[in-house]
Amino acid sequence: MEWIVETDKLSKAYNGIKAVDQLNFKIKESEIFGFLGPNGAGKTTTILMILGLTEPTSGKVKVYGHDATREALKVKRVTGYLPENVGFYEDLTAKENLRYITRLNGIPDKKSLPKIDEILEEVGLSEVTDTEVGKFSKGMKQRLGMGAVFVKNPKFAILDEPTAGIDPEGVDQILKFIVKISREQNITILLSSHLLYQVQKICDRVGIITKGHMIAQGSMDEIGKEIIKKEETLLEIQVSKVTPNLINSIKEIEGVKNIEKSDNHFLVKCDRDLREKISKTIVENGSLPLQIKTQDYTLEEIYIKYFREG
Amino acid sequence: MSRLKVVFWKEFADYFSSRRFLILFIIICITGSSITYIASQIIGQDITKASVGFIFLKLFTSSAGALPSFTFFISFFGPLIGIILGFDAINSEHSRGTMSLVLSQPIFRDSLINGKFLAGLATVAIMLISIILVISGLGLSTLGIVPNLAEILRIGIFFVASVIYIGFWLSLGILFSILFRRTASSALASIAVWIFFTFFIYMVASVIADQLVPVTHTATAEMITKNEYLKKMIMRISPATLFEEIAVAVLNPSVRVFGFVLPAQVKGLIPNPLSLGQSIMVIWPQFVGLIALMVICFAISYVIFMRQEIRAT
Repeated sequence: MEWIVETDKLSKAYNGIKAVDQLNFKIKESEIFGFLGPNGAGKTTTILMILGLTEPTSGKVKVYGHDATREALKVKRVTGYLPENVGFYEDLTAKENLRYITRLNGIPDKKSLPKIDEILEEVGLSEVTDTEVGKFSKGMKQRLGMGAVFVKNPKFAILDEPTAGIDPEGVDQILKFIVKISREQNITILLSSHLLYQVQKICDRVGIITKGHMIAQGSMDEIGKEIIKKEETLLEIQVSKVTPNLINSIKEIEGVKNIEKSDNHFLVKCDRDLREKISKTIVENGSLPLQIKTQDYTLEEIYIKYFREG
Repeated sequence: MSRLKVVFWKEFADYFSSRRFLILFIIICITGSSITYIASQIIGQDITKASVGFIFLKLFTSSAGALPSFTFFISFFGPLIGIILGFDAINSEHSRGTMSLVLSQPIFRDSLINGKFLAGLATVAIMLISIILVISGLGLSTLGIVPNLAEILRIGIFFVASVIYIGFWLSLGILFSILFRRTASSALASIAVWIFFTFFIYMVASVIADQLVPVTHTATAEMITKNEYLKKMIMRISPATLFEEIAVAVLNPSVRVFGFVLPAQVKGLIPNPLSLGQSIMVIWPQFVGLIALMVICFAISYVIFMRQEIRAT
């Protein structure tokens, strides 16, 4: 298996404040890697280091085996980048903007012009190819940004918050487009976002970053399991009646961390699933469990949980 | 190199299609040609009295009544051209969000700033060439005098000096566009420097000179000369002074010294016009100084730009 991006203890400090701290992660060939984290977690800084636009304070990042800092040009030749809040030259048309990009990539006009038309068609801007970008809406600019990334035929694309500030329908279109182009042309994609729900369904693997640390990495399932293993389970129990010794007996069960009581409802925190033992204890104490349910962590909760921890 | 060309042509096209260039160009053309027209009328009357050499050059140097001469117009208005072309070169890329888009393409970072600077210089050069041609045409038709080779060469040197002079202000504008993230701040800062070097440098120079070499009513000629000399040297910090001296000497072949002249220096002097080579020798220090100012200013912008962090926000 080939790793497209490899970082080795990548760190970046701005004026002594660590924006990215000892970051290690890898991206596989032709996967969609979700780079998730709240605002200010260090996502954009990491991306800029991958592109060689910012020098790491320490550590290394390699893209296709090239050191991103020393061989930035080689990296940028194969990498397409959609910056956060992408902007264009407002008095140039969509076509002219893309042509400037292809020219900067040294692609001759003969080759690039059909490609530009094709890509504008694909992102749904074929009717406004000769309109000045200044008249574009935010969503249109974002789609043009996608065009600017893929017009240069990259092997690897970095999309920084491609769905930020876009309406739900637009988000859907953009995500579909990403999946389609990635699968069709075998392009590896690094997708950064602070909206887990929006992007997790199209990501093969994700990395969660907060305060410059990568705190979890892997497929969504793996991350979910990992967190459930690590975290306590919360049981909501309803009993028929509360006998005097009941609470103490439950507390004595190995693994129970905490118990809260209100009427005949208990809220029990334990480090694993102890439903069997607890119901047995309840019965032994002369009461009956009417209802026991576990409170599952939703993805959102996992996410929030992680962000708090970091 | 090819990437630099791409940036250059794009910026060049941008400058030429921008509204501000059009406005500047119209203003300069109208002012320049009206100044020369009136100047040519006055020169035309003078010719009949005494025919002196280098009449064609007078088109650029004579001031007509309330109107300043063309060279003064350039020394005064040129900075504004440079500043207007340069003040938002870099920070507008940041605020538009195009900076990271462009720099993530396989180009060296300096291609961007070099391309912008060269495109600005080319724009200035074309602007000046056209106005000089307009003036020359006007002169040809109203005066009916054809410039000789020496005059053409002198105009050529004046043109180069003007481009470098405006180039300094262009690079100053670019420098401020790197230092300030807001275009309004960089424009105001550039204009402040322009006002200082154009209007206040004279006062500052006088104050400093008077402090160092006080001129009282008992002052000797030596001290007065020293004071004047000092004042002149301080004023030469300003590119405007350097440019004015170059313009005066190159367009007026009889000029051989700047500023204060003692009677002893003029004794036995034959008031003949200097040859082109001699005039160049007179302006050489100023010329080098002007080039140095432009290069230093651009070098500073270059270094800062290369080290600047690129954040999306």
